[in-house]
Amino acid sequence: MKRLRVLIVDDSSVMRKIVERALRQAGLDLTEVLEASNGAEALAEAQKGSLDIILSDINMPVMDGLEFLKSLAGVEAVKGVPVVMITTEGSEARVVEALSAGAKGYLRKPFTSKQVRERIAPLLGGAL
Amino acid sequence: MMANVRLEPDPAPTAEPSGEQTAMVGMAGALCGMTTVRCSRATAARLASLMLGGDAASNPSTARDALGEICNMIAGNFKAKVSNLADHCMLSVPTVITGEDYSMETPEPSEGATLAFTFDGEPVWVALIIHE
Repeated sequence: MKRLRVLIVDDSSVMRKIVERALRQAGLDLTEVLEASNGAEALAEAQKGSLDIILSDINMPVMDGLEFLKSLAGVEAVKGVPVVMITTEGSEARVVEALSAGAKGYLRKPFTSKQVRERIAPLLGGAL
Repeated sequence: MMANVRLEPDPAPTAEPSGEQTAMVGMAGALCGMTTVRCSRATAARLASLMLGGDAASNPSTARDALGEICNMIAGNFKAKVSNLADHCMLSVPTVITGEDYSMETPEPSEGATLAFTFDGEPVWVALIIHE
């Protein structure tokens, strides 16, 4: 099982911990969990490279998740790294916008470990 | 769901909501109002531990933040279930009040619903207030 380097982006520190816990409970073996409280911080982390997956909220200060997602398109270091949006914003328009901007998946809070596993596992190849 | 627990409807709730922790998330736009979740400090700490694991219960700040996130998810899901509302209504960041001796006045006219649940034998109150 591959050990994963994950970037979790959410302005709530509690939610970042919840997401990390859900990933571990879903069976992901995490070697390192990086955190960012907004899209700008996340972009700086992403540019360092070596990430296996990024999970991001949408509504955040400074730079929101959709802006962050669009900005990732210009970052060579994360080419091919799947981005999954995790948010309470579940409108169809937002889902379409996120997927059109390059997100590979979408999870609406609250989510179960089973949903995490079903949505994220296919994006990670043989990581689970 | 994220705490992996099911709240049971309280068949005989007390007359008034109680508890020292109240989380609030405001709504503005096509629909204006507020969602609140109220419970005791111990219940908030217990829920935080279930959501975060470990000794989350030992940090009052973490327990408050976790309650705020629960309220945020309730408000977000309510918004998502009302057609045409999702893109035309914004949610505030959660606010958590500590203390019991307060009353909440909302501008009239408004409508609301308050639901009483139990968790581990303790009350959890969930309210939705809509300003007309």
